[in-house]
Amino acid sequence: MEQFTQHTGLILPLDRANVDTDAIIPKQYLKSIKRTGFGPTLFDDWRYVTVGEPGMDHSKRVLNSEFVLNQPEFVGASILLARKNFGCGSSREHAVWALVGYGFRVVIAPSFADIFFNNSFKSGLLPIVLDNEMVDFLFDKSLSGQGYSLTVNLEKQQIVLPSGDTFAFDVDHYRKYCLLNGLDDIALTLKHTDAIKAYEEQRKQEAPWLF
Amino acid sequence: MASRTLYDKVWDAHVVHQEDDGTSLLYIDRHLIHEVTSPQAFEGLVLANRKPWRTDSVLAVPDHNIPTINRDKGITDPVAKLQLETLDKNCKAFGLTKFDMNDIRQGIVHIIGPEQGATLPGMTVVCGDSHTSTHGAFGALAYGIGTSEVEHVLATQCLIQKKMKNMLVNVEGQTGKGVTAKDIVLSIIAKLGTAGGTGYAIEFAGQAIRDLSMEGRMTVCNMAIEAGARAGMVAVDEKTIKYVKGRPYAPTKEQWQQASTAWLELTSDANAIFDATVVIDASTIEPQVTWGTSPEMVLPISAIVPSPDDETDTVKAQGIARALTYMGLKAGEAINNIKIDKVFIGSCTNSRIEDLREAAAIAQGHKIADNIMLAMVVPGSGLVKQQAEQEGLDKIFIDAGFEWREPGCSMCLAMNADRLEAGERCASTSNRNFEGRQGQGGRTHLVSPAMAAGAAIAGHFVDIREL
Ligand code: SF4
Repeated sequence: MEQFTQHTGLILPLDRANVDTDAIIPKQYLKSIKRTGFGPTLFDDWRYVTVGEPGMDHSKRVLNSEFVLNQPEFVGASILLARKNFGCGSSREHAVWALVGYGFRVVIAPSFADIFFNNSFKSGLLPIVLDNEMVDFLFDKSLSGQGYSLTVNLEKQQIVLPSGDTFAFDVDHYRKYCLLNGLDDIALTLKHTDAIKAYEEQRKQEAPWLF
Repeated sequence: MASRTLYDKVWDAHVVHQEDDGTSLLYIDRHLIHEVTSPQAFEGLVLANRKPWRTDSVLAVPDHNIPTINRDKGITDPVAKLQLETLDKNCKAFGLTKFDMNDIRQGIVHIIGPEQGATLPGMTVVCGDSHTSTHGAFGALAYGIGTSEVEHVLATQCLIQKKMKNMLVNVEGQTGKGVTAKDIVLSIIAKLGTAGGTGYAIEFAGQAIRDLSMEGRMTVCNMAIEAGARAGMVAVDEKTIKYVKGRPYAPTKEQWQQASTAWLELTSDANAIFDATVVIDASTIEPQVTWGTSPEMVLPISAIVPSPDDETDTVKAQGIARALTYMGLKAGEAINNIKIDKVFIGSCTNSRIEDLREAAAIAQGHKIADNIMLAMVVPGSGLVKQQAEQEGLDKIFIDAGFEWREPGCSMCLAMNADRLEAGERCASTSNRNFEGRQGQGGRTHLVSPAMAAGAAIAGHFVDIREL
């Protein structure tokens, strides 16, 4: 897993609710058998004027200048800000790979869909839930024309505004630990090999039809 | 022991280890795999020099990416072909059971699990696909997982999970004529919203759910994820047990006796406590049609398209305005006047035999309307297709002008050649009406199989209760 300790970056304000994983990475790109290469087709349907297909040279496609990702003041953004229920729909982890591939390290929203939320941590993308008021505030700031940057400190669970003001966010203890240390959770689970085997033995007695 | 919900019981039976903060290792009994979300998981396994923990727990099938016509010609799209070959290669390398494209048992992963008896009551079932919630219809705890979790389950037979909260959705009373499982679940989503179930395991209960067949219960659980709930469940009853009996993967002889007795315990205790309860009166449910770009944007057939001006919440009003533009609809339009271009009957929501019977009953003796460019029926599995053909349903569809295809996900997500072109409007029995879901610029209206067939015949949405 990619390590995450602290990150400073520019906000991309994507002012929509229920952004689904189909929108984050459209289905035609899911034919790939790799984890990489999804960055250029992140938000493909919104980002380009024409329909994209795998194998195209995406740098030659015509951009949709109205889409926020293509606006000059947000070039290089690495913190995505969105409305409620971000990442709903399909379980495709390709959505996370596309966000990370583009350069995002943090997503902030008032709520996330469960599967997306879970997938994010696996590739070092930190999803942060903030209340609506704070999300509104960040939208206001980042849409005001100049671009707006934040520092996210995972160790301290703190967001630092350009003014120096800080405020806290929640993160699950286990996930924080894995992310801070860039740990492979399979290796952690395999430390419990004996417990898994013991469970299986007991279960074979209780419910033999499962084996 | 304190009273427990169905979810509590299945959860408790699968906890291998628990950390102080509640993070648990949950043992997984059944792992379903398809071609799209597994290649990177196998790659990770190989790179780390690991092997699947329990090969007999895995059942693999290609479904998302395969053609629904001319299968004898093989797969022409080289990118899709590589993905399908990769599944094949991985299954062979690790000795995993896989149904090939031309195997009669091939089909959509969520159709074939139950069909084969690979999904059993009380199991934990995972698949790298969000509609894994379908299998909860058997009183199983079934989650959709991401690719890293696919790798994790392959390597350890466990999933790292925190326990979700319990929600009870009680659909009381009886539904009226022409109201199906699809209409029930769409009206539940209308009430809960697409995020209403986030963080919960939903148990669907009440007379209207008990009255449903197992197939209907699968339709309801299938769309739990559309209400944000990773898992939907229905308590086990005699119907569940009758459905499972005799299926290829189901237990036999003494084990059958033992299992079926144990399964009857898979219900919530009478005084079990739920963190949230939602009650719906089944008699008020009408046939449903989605009008927007999220499954919560759904209304009864008798309704009119809403206006953003009537919405006080600005984020929601913007959402409605956006959806109307995308869908090419005007506020105030009657839903039953909306004309359609294509019809898709299929997907893991509605491609089982009862769905096809329901649609065929409406189509029988009619022809699709002149404005319908394509109406297709895609059975959920080879076995569903065979059964339908034995009953003559294929003839009914073909005579009415529908195309009769090979099983797969098809136009539910349009990864293969089956898709909408920009601006085309589709009556679809699938589960997602997101922008571009069925093809970029395509417009999807989610309906039941009977409503889809009715729309195909009329050329626009109709209230099938009036046919
Ligand atoms: S039919 Fe549709 S929803 Fe179901 S598994 Fe296939 S793509 Fe997913």
